[in-house]
Amino acid sequence: MTSAVPNPISQSARSDAAAAPAAHPQAVGTAPHSTEHESGHADARLFGLGTFLVADAMTFAGFFAAYLTFRAVNPLPEGANFERELLLPTINTVLLLVSSVTFHRAGSALRRGQSALCRTWLLLTVALGATFLAGQMLEYFNLPFGLTDNLFASTFYALTGFHGLHVTLGVICILIVWWQSRAGGRITPTDHFGLEAAELYWHFVDGIWVVLYGILYLL
Amino acid sequence: MTLASPSDFNPPAPPGLQPQGWLRYFSFSLDHKVIGLQYLVTGFIFYFIGGALAGVIRTELASPLSDFIPRQTYNEVLTLHGTVMIFLWIVPVVNGAFGNYLIPFYVGARDMAFPRLNAVAFWLIPPAGLLLISSYFLAGGAAQSGWTAYPPLSITTPALGQVIWILSVLLLGGSSIFGGINFIATILKLRRPGLKLMQLPMYCWAMLGTSILVVLSTPVLAGTLILLSFDILAHTGFFNPALGGNVVVYQHLFWFYSHPAVYIMVLPAFGLVSEILPVHARKPLFGYTTMVYSIMGIVVLGLVVWAHHMFTSGTPPWMRLFFTIATSFIAVPTGIKFFNWLATLWGGKLALNSAMLFSCAFIVNFVFGGITGVALAQVPFDIHVHDTYFVVGHFHYIVYGGTVFVIFASIYHWFPKFTGRMLNEHLGRLHFLLTFVGFNLCFAPQHWLGLNGMPRRVAEYDPSFTTLNQVSSVGALLMGISTLPFVINVIASALSGEPAGDNPWRALTPEWLTSSPPPVENWHGEAPLVQHPYGYGEAAGILDIRAASGQQIWTGDQ
Repeated sequence: MTSAVPNPISQSARSDAAAAPAAHPQAVGTAPHSTEHESGHADARLFGLGTFLVADAMTFAGFFAAYLTFRAVNPLPEGANFERELLLPTINTVLLLVSSVTFHRAGSALRRGQSALCRTWLLLTVALGATFLAGQMLEYFNLPFGLTDNLFASTFYALTGFHGLHVTLGVICILIVWWQSRAGGRITPTDHFGLEAAELYWHFVDGIWVVLYGILYLL
Repeated sequence: MTLASPSDFNPPAPPGLQPQGWLRYFSFSLDHKVIGLQYLVTGFIFYFIGGALAGVIRTELASPLSDFIPRQTYNEVLTLHGTVMIFLWIVPVVNGAFGNYLIPFYVGARDMAFPRLNAVAFWLIPPAGLLLISSYFLAGGAAQSGWTAYPPLSITTPALGQVIWILSVLLLGGSSIFGGINFIATILKLRRPGLKLMQLPMYCWAMLGTSILVVLSTPVLAGTLILLSFDILAHTGFFNPALGGNVVVYQHLFWFYSHPAVYIMVLPAFGLVSEILPVHARKPLFGYTTMVYSIMGIVVLGLVVWAHHMFTSGTPPWMRLFFTIATSFIAVPTGIKFFNWLATLWGGKLALNSAMLFSCAFIVNFVFGGITGVALAQVPFDIHVHDTYFVVGHFHYIVYGGTVFVIFASIYHWFPKFTGRMLNEHLGRLHFLLTFVGFNLCFAPQHWLGLNGMPRRVAEYDPSFTTLNQVSSVGALLMGISTLPFVINVIASALSGEPAGDNPWRALTPEWLTSSPPPVENWHGEAPLVQHPYGYGEAAGILDIRAASGQQIWTGDQ
């Protein structure tokens, strides 16, 4: 059973060409398309990013599964050192969690129309993310084991390094969002997909860290 | 059948700076139909390369001694054959080619959700393929560790070829993930208003299930291969027992992707067959709802059966028990689908054209491959035939007898849509006959060889296996010859085939309710709302395609 149900997305475009849809099919052929692509896709984009983050989470899941299996099955070799300090990563965890809050604040401020306040919160988020990375580097330099010392050490560096890569990418994204939210930039209180995408990604990176902290440092 | 002649009108100009004419097939086109055909043609080029490699393997195996190519070259050839066929032919074609071409039509959209990402996903494939093939000509040669790249073999063979292999598979995996994200978003978010999920053509469900598998399992392979490359380049010991590593963890992570990869190759074929059979049997697809649930059942079960590839890898008894049971269970949803197809054919007005012949042969081949699959799920049997030609035979019945037959069926079915011209039916039947005989001649004897202990991936074998290996090689030769009528047919018909009209099969799925080939944005007017894509044989009054397409209208008898 088929019937011509009006397409709400293309309604505005069709009203222009409504006079002669049958006589000039090409007019309706192109017009609804452009509006669909210009305005109707914010949902699909965030949804697409969310799907990508599921895929990304599966990469981490693979690494976690490998690490946990190594820990369960493979004995630590004689004389091998796998001592991790706890203070620095704990501080780092707090920093990342706070940065999620500051990013959320930035989004709320923008939605209220307070662009300047939003940009301050964004810079604070960048500062927290950068401090986290600095802390991670500091930890790397002070650890008693290197990348190839033993199986656990290798997995430790692979996991924290892969996550650090994500944080670095996140900081760069937030800086781009900060730049685009300047007066006259692409991100405005009404059109802010970039900010939402960066925020979703940042929360994801924080969430992964919490799991990573639990598995790599506490276990 | 009567078809209203297309009214004369000028197709809409493509948006922006997109090139037109044949040049767009070499461009970064954003049109899902162009990208679909780019995938299809690229896939076929790699199919011929992979087929030539298979020819080298079968020539070597025509005699028990390693006398055709050096043993090392044989290892490179079998690695390249597997990798090219899986990652550059089957996955891109059943997902990328037909998915991109058909899914936007089926959901009533003018393009995929993310056209640019779509083009990026395609353009990752040619460089990845060239990279892989070129590694053969570099110092040390191509990877030699099979498409599984098991360590420690993959760590001890020449590093350059293996690293290029990893890089190539990472690029192809990335392409596959981008495609999967695009399909999920398109099917779930871009449906035409009024079109419900349970009204979608079955191929949409197959692609939704496949894309879920792609998104969940491919990243695990990517992560694993990155760790493997660390083992090769940085001398870490993740999977290197000499450095305290664990090879079984690699196998688990690898098969967590690579078993679902079988469903990534086969589920879309299930979907395509579900589109082809109702059209040529003039009957509704039997058991739509059970079809949907069995696809989703295969997706869920497909994620928890991977260790049945590892029954000889020291897996503990509880793991063997679990994975045997889970694997056997997959036969249930798969069986439901097969009975649905048989019921679709039952009592139909069958048109035994090339598309239908390939589809029916798919059912025969896949049932045989499925039966050997259930046999392989049983631990005692699996241990007996592990790493023998029985597994090779089983796998090719699934992937060639299953998926490749469906790819050919789909080309005979959708070629009129792609080009507006029909393929030659006589050449099509010749192609079918040669392929069907050649395929069974090539792979059926391998079951016997495997049962009697002929190992896979070895260039030499016991002389008592000679006769059946020669039969198998003759079959492979027939398969090679069978591509000739196909290629001639496709090229000649594309240039000067009989004009097909817009809907030569009198089909009801949405891609046929527009011109052939379709205009840039799929429909000249509003996208049709097709709520009964399989409404064959229903009373004429129920179908009002005139209101649906508003342009070319099928007013035929049913």
